[in-house]
Amino acid sequence: MTPAETNNAARIRIDQKLIADMIATGSRVLDVGCGDGVLLDLLVHERQVDGRGIELSQEGVNGCVARGLAVVQGDAQTDLHNYPNDAFDYVILSQTLPAIFDVKGVLGEMLRIGRCAVVSFPNFGYWRIRYALAVQGRSPNSESLPYTWYESPNIRFFTLTDFTDLLAALGLKTERIITIDVKGKANTRGRIGHWSNLLTEQAVFVITRK
Amino acid sequence: MNMTTNANDGVGHTGESIAVEPAVTDLPGHYLVLGADHPMRLVSGQLLGPFTVAYQAYGELNADKSNAILVCHALTGDQYVAETHPVTGRPGWWEKLVGPGQTINTDDYFVICVNVLAGCMGSAGPKDIDPHTGKQFGLNFPLITITDMVAAQKLVVDHLGITQLFAVIGGSMGAMQALVWAERYPEMVYCAIPIAGAARHSAQNIAFHEVGRQAIMADPKWSGGDYYDKNDSPERGLAVARMAAHITYLSDSALHTKFGRNLQDRQAITFGFDADFQIESYLRHQGRSFVERFDANSYLYITRAMDYFDLAAEHEDTLSSAFKDSPVRFCLISFTSDWLFPTSESRRIVHALNAVAASVSFVEIDTESGHDAFLLDEPEFFRILGGFLHGASDQRKLATLS
Repeated sequence: MTPAETNNAARIRIDQKLIADMIATGSRVLDVGCGDGVLLDLLVHERQVDGRGIELSQEGVNGCVARGLAVVQGDAQTDLHNYPNDAFDYVILSQTLPAIFDVKGVLGEMLRIGRCAVVSFPNFGYWRIRYALAVQGRSPNSESLPYTWYESPNIRFFTLTDFTDLLAALGLKTERIITIDVKGKANTRGRIGHWSNLLTEQAVFVITRK
Repeated sequence: MNMTTNANDGVGHTGESIAVEPAVTDLPGHYLVLGADHPMRLVSGQLLGPFTVAYQAYGELNADKSNAILVCHALTGDQYVAETHPVTGRPGWWEKLVGPGQTINTDDYFVICVNVLAGCMGSAGPKDIDPHTGKQFGLNFPLITITDMVAAQKLVVDHLGITQLFAVIGGSMGAMQALVWAERYPEMVYCAIPIAGAARHSAQNIAFHEVGRQAIMADPKWSGGDYYDKNDSPERGLAVARMAAHITYLSDSALHTKFGRNLQDRQAITFGFDADFQIESYLRHQGRSFVERFDANSYLYITRAMDYFDLAAEHEDTLSSAFKDSPVRFCLISFTSDWLFPTSESRRIVHALNAVAASVSFVEIDTESGHDAFLLDEPEFFRILGGFLHGASDQRKLATLS
């Protein structure tokens, strides 16, 4: 029925399923930090996209290429500059932004080489995270922040509100926001208010140049 | 390459075509005479034809001729990819990869491999006869480039009625050929798989080749390349060239693991210049067995072809221009311990392909086997190559035989 109902159904994350649903059939897609290629595989086979990927981990890249995906070993922060302007319709960055040092640079490059940037990330403003820090006094974990503090690749901890502030500061246009609560329920939002920043566990943003 | 006889690009010689009369051979496989009606213009400007190329084929070409894979061999390889070598009696150099039920499954694919121009396994080379003199060419054979090798392969592919190769795949010098195929004849290549390759031969690589050539030329039996009728070839020089080159195909850690400082059939060092160490004995063996199957002049010519290779140079030093709007699906593979064609060279090609938004896969395989890894049983390499081919054939909706 939906693209998620494939062999990958068991492995695909909710944010990846939401992203897949918003990618137009036959479009040109670059998945930055494509991991083991679950999303890219689904897009290529169910949406007939011309899909490419960049992945930092050699294990991830090898897995992707072994399943026939056009994926190269590379780093979002150093290798996007190789691509020409407007090479893609969508440039996807799913759950990778917290691990990026040069956030502004990467967002800028994504929107140089792509018409739309699709970004998903865990919300550090989610109430359970606030609770863990404020009441339990511990570094927070959640389904989308599964790492212990000493092993986490994440170096940027930001909330939905932080992110919308950054987009405004960069003069970028938010085309669409989908928030996901703890039960995995997705809602399309016009804007991010206090409550959605509190109740959203993770979110997907579609961003374009103004 | 253009094949017209009257084209004059102002380079080098014009006029009479160089005919090559093949040396008598009983080597198995296919032979094809090319350039009889229209000589082939070499990059040097010289015209070649008629000349012979030898090739080998495995599997069957399907009805719409869409299942052909061209394998391009490396410097000292040849067309005997997947069968017992007719000279050495050893297994084919890619027998673990190519064959029925293997990663490159000859039950599905029609696999072709052409002995390169200037080679010594049946294709036109310096040991063939110059009909004008009735003697072997030696150094009078024209200089051949990687582009010339590919141009000759294209004539073979044309002859077989194949309009598009499903894949062109090769390691080392074979990778250079795969790149030239994608650059020169992009519509004829569905996917290109350059393994352990580079878009140019580095200064270090040229340096090693020069050492090898000088070793051959320093052998008095080389006689300026004119040794064929003396029944005594520069075997010592060629063996030294092979020994030096062989070191570059391995890694320090592989040598250490395999040989260390182990002694050869003795308990202690002998205070002499015998092959005390296993590594010495191994290299001497490599040198000795090489001269049984390879022609010294061919070695000079083919190493020179690699030295001259610089794909970007033909595109105003912008490698990406070589692949602008390329429809070819690329898969590049490098090996961590390969210092002869290091990962950085493959990555340079990947960046150039990204710059023109070409479809490219790139993996670096973790191995200590050095450059030679592409010839060895490397399960991860096979798994990835198989996966890429499978994905590409799915995309092409390949009508395979099975």
